[in-house]
Amino acid sequence: MTDPAIFTKDLTRTFGAFTAVENISFDVKKGEIFGFLGANGAGKTTAMKMLTGLLAPSSGEASVNGFDVYTESEEIKKSIGYMSQKFSLYDDLTVSENIEFYGGVYGLPTKALKQKIEEILYTIKLTEVKDALVVSLPLGWKQKLAFSVSILHNPSVVFLDEPTGGVDPVTRRQFWERIYEAADKGITVFVTTHYMDEAEYCDRVSIMVDGKIEALDSPENLKRSFSTDSIEDVFIRLARGAKRSDT
Amino acid sequence: MSSFRGFIIKEFKQIYRDTRTLIVLFGMPVIMLVLFGFAIRNEVDDVKIAVLDFSKDEVTREITHKLSASPSFELSAYLNTYDEVRDIFKAGEIKEVVVFEDDFGRKLVRDGVADVQIITDATDPNLANIVQSYTSNILRDYTNSKNSRLQIEASGITPEIRMMYNPELKSVNLFVPGIIAVILMLVSALMTSISITREKEMGNMEILLVSPLKPIHIILGKVLPYLALSIANVVVILILARFIFQVPFEGSYLFFFLEAGLFIMTALSLGVLISSSANNQQTAMMISLAGLLLPTVLLSGFIFPVESMPVPLQMISHAIPAKWFLIIVRDIMLKGSGILLLWKETFILLVTTAVLIAISLKKFKVRLQ
Amino acid sequence: MKPLRFLLKKEFLQIFRNKGMLPIIFVMPVIQLLLLSFAATYELKQVRFGLVDFDQSYASRKLVSKLQSTGYFKLESEGFTMEQALNHLDAGTIKMILQIPPDFDKKLNTGEASPVQILIDAVDGSTAGLIQSYTASIIADFNRERMSEVMIVSNAPRKATALKIIPVNWYNPDLDYITYMVPGILVVLVSMIGLFLSGMNVVREYEIGTIEQLNVAPLQKSHFMIGKLLPFWLIGMFDLCIGLALARFGFHIPFLGSLFTILVIAGIYLIVVQALGLFISTITHTQQQAMFIAWFIMVVFILMGGLFTPIESMPKWAQDLTLVNPVAYFIEIMRMVLLKGAGWKEVYKMVLILVTMGFGLMALSINRYKKTSA
Repeated sequence: MTDPAIFTKDLTRTFGAFTAVENISFDVKKGEIFGFLGANGAGKTTAMKMLTGLLAPSSGEASVNGFDVYTESEEIKKSIGYMSQKFSLYDDLTVSENIEFYGGVYGLPTKALKQKIEEILYTIKLTEVKDALVVSLPLGWKQKLAFSVSILHNPSVVFLDEPTGGVDPVTRRQFWERIYEAADKGITVFVTTHYMDEAEYCDRVSIMVDGKIEALDSPENLKRSFSTDSIEDVFIRLARGAKRSDT
Repeated sequence: MSSFRGFIIKEFKQIYRDTRTLIVLFGMPVIMLVLFGFAIRNEVDDVKIAVLDFSKDEVTREITHKLSASPSFELSAYLNTYDEVRDIFKAGEIKEVVVFEDDFGRKLVRDGVADVQIITDATDPNLANIVQSYTSNILRDYTNSKNSRLQIEASGITPEIRMMYNPELKSVNLFVPGIIAVILMLVSALMTSISITREKEMGNMEILLVSPLKPIHIILGKVLPYLALSIANVVVILILARFIFQVPFEGSYLFFFLEAGLFIMTALSLGVLISSSANNQQTAMMISLAGLLLPTVLLSGFIFPVESMPVPLQMISHAIPAKWFLIIVRDIMLKGSGILLLWKETFILLVTTAVLIAISLKKFKVRLQ
Repeated sequence: MKPLRFLLKKEFLQIFRNKGMLPIIFVMPVIQLLLLSFAATYELKQVRFGLVDFDQSYASRKLVSKLQSTGYFKLESEGFTMEQALNHLDAGTIKMILQIPPDFDKKLNTGEASPVQILIDAVDGSTAGLIQSYTASIIADFNRERMSEVMIVSNAPRKATALKIIPVNWYNPDLDYITYMVPGILVVLVSMIGLFLSGMNVVREYEIGTIEQLNVAPLQKSHFMIGKLLPFWLIGMFDLCIGLALARFGFHIPFLGSLFTILVIAGIYLIVVQALGLFISTITHTQQQAMFIAWFIMVVFILMGGLFTPIESMPKWAQDLTLVNPVAYFIEIMRMVLLKGAGWKEVYKMVLILVTMGFGLMALSINRYKKTSA
């Protein structure tokens, strides 16, 4: 058995008296698409920030690609990709300038970088707008671009923080096809989402409530054990008891 | 009307909840007053000087002693040659060298006249001027006292100088009106313009526009809280100035507040005007800073007298409302002038304000269609 | 080093693509230099004065024409009552009243002290001070000239002692204010670029959220810092060069010291201000807040830095405060090197202080930056 791509045990983060993430433990296998679900304020973003090395945990263990989050966060950074809610593109740079910049930041050699730019533009069909400023692109295109950028250095794990917010179902569907392609190449995908239909696309999902993981299994198993026919019902049942939800 | 009241209450709440900005808004005038009141003056203190005494007799020693006893000077070096002057000036600490000629004392007694050179580091012409005149005064005092001992009366013109309106030449007296103008510009024009553009940027303006509120109500609702803030600021500055810095107030308070109200209106209408041509906060801020605050500080006569500027800049200064407001406030506070002497300046401000309000109302309406 | 190259490229692309930025970089320094140099002056132009001459004698007329001949004073109104003159002073049409009493000429001729009254509008204290010292020295001149005439006429050696005061103004013999102001204004110019632009630039990454993306990238902190600071450092130096050229060829400011020295020290100074800007960016969340704080700090630094009013005229406690004011040091250095030809020997102490400040501020803000991102 090989090491899991992501491993956590009793991972906890407190802000003063507030415990944002409380003793979460889970493994994500290599090449898996792992859905990380939870209501607003459940602690998803905090957990993700700890795994990407943006935030130091208060206690517990965690490693990504075998690198410890406490001591080897620089190693982690080299081996992961990250796409945030705001998908971090520079509005005042063009499409190809954005790709070039992030490629450069991740240290891609110049020749390979040139090739990579062409390749990405071709796969996501943005070659024609490569010299357009990002600000002028529709939201769905920006998301495609941001995703390609986050995996352009061939990371072994990619973290996606609500990557498909605010776009129509067709565009979302297309975005998931990209995710599958990445997973096929062996990239582990760790994704948070609000859309329960997207949860069905994942190999396994976890559901967080008030900082704790309340359920973790494949969508099928979850539906079976809660005897419903949609993940949405499972989610609503678990999240109803939440104290920190918005509703 | 009740929706209007609700809107105003919301505006007030938003402003008073932003404590960080409030601290800056009330802290700024206080710090500026303290700086101008205590730190920036026209007198000099402890200017370092040196003496190059070729004579080294009793008279030069006495004069040197007089110089070093003055609180304005600190005697920090005795030089021996002219070459040393160059070196110490280059080093920068010492700003003046007093040179007594050879045989100074004897010449003074024998011929009745002796040469003393005052060499100043005139990189700062102002300081050089002040230092030189202080030194000359001390030297003259010395000869006068000598002469009166000889019982020979001083002859010639003796100027009796009286400083009117500000006998102690306190710079804070001059700066208080300027600080009031700058703060009013900051609060009334800058803050108003940013607040209205923020509403636009966030997309809230559309919501307000489709509400039963009339455009004039929206503007009024935006403007009234800042009007209140501005008046509060004026009162704070005035209280500080009167009781901590003892700035005189010769004129009528009523007249002062009427004029201040007029200037606040000018500034507010400028703020509305800026917000109607800017689309984001950043632009509004840049226009306000470069177009309003900079001229208010530099060209209104706040720090630098308008009379000293070259003619083209003087012409530009006429177009700056703060210039007229400064004249009005200084005259009210220090000279006790009333409307009879200040009708011209008041009239200019009135016309400017009327024109600005007309333009900004028109521009604001255009944007709605 | 490779990621650094891309960081720099990206910064420059962003700067030069921003249409609002280009005028700030290229036009603002020129306008600022012109405006400030001409506007920021206490130089006495023409003082309009009112005359109340009760004597109407040869001597009184001579005194008035002596005043006017210097070019500093202009006779605006003449009257026979003080009340009328005071009204003019109230209305602000004149700045000074010269009142000559009826027995002025007589007293002069009998060798008595002959008083004249001079009333100065002292609302603006510093101008009033200048008017006072100018009139005093003109009258002293007048006395000296008369004295020598009297001596020749009567040929009577008087035993009164007098000092012949010979004023000598070094470095700026014409007491030209612009010569004095321009080097200081150049300092303000570079400070604005360093403080405002680089500080706001970092906050902007926070505001649009890209800072997170950079934080999860394997990017060294030092590379990130250099990528942020270097472009504006270069722009600052570029602006300084424009400013220096304008000072030299437009304003004919003497360049006695070495240009190289100026540039090296300016480079160090810029890092100090940039570090300060960086520090501000670590304690703020929006560009608006950063701007407010930077503006406030700048105003205090400039007012206390001896640009407009000499540090010597501040009270002791305020003079001590300038020890921690980088603007004050650089203004002093600029004036010393440009106008007096000072070199390393004279300025090295101040440069050392600047270097220390730079290191301190940089360490502080890098430290703060780590905390906010970890």
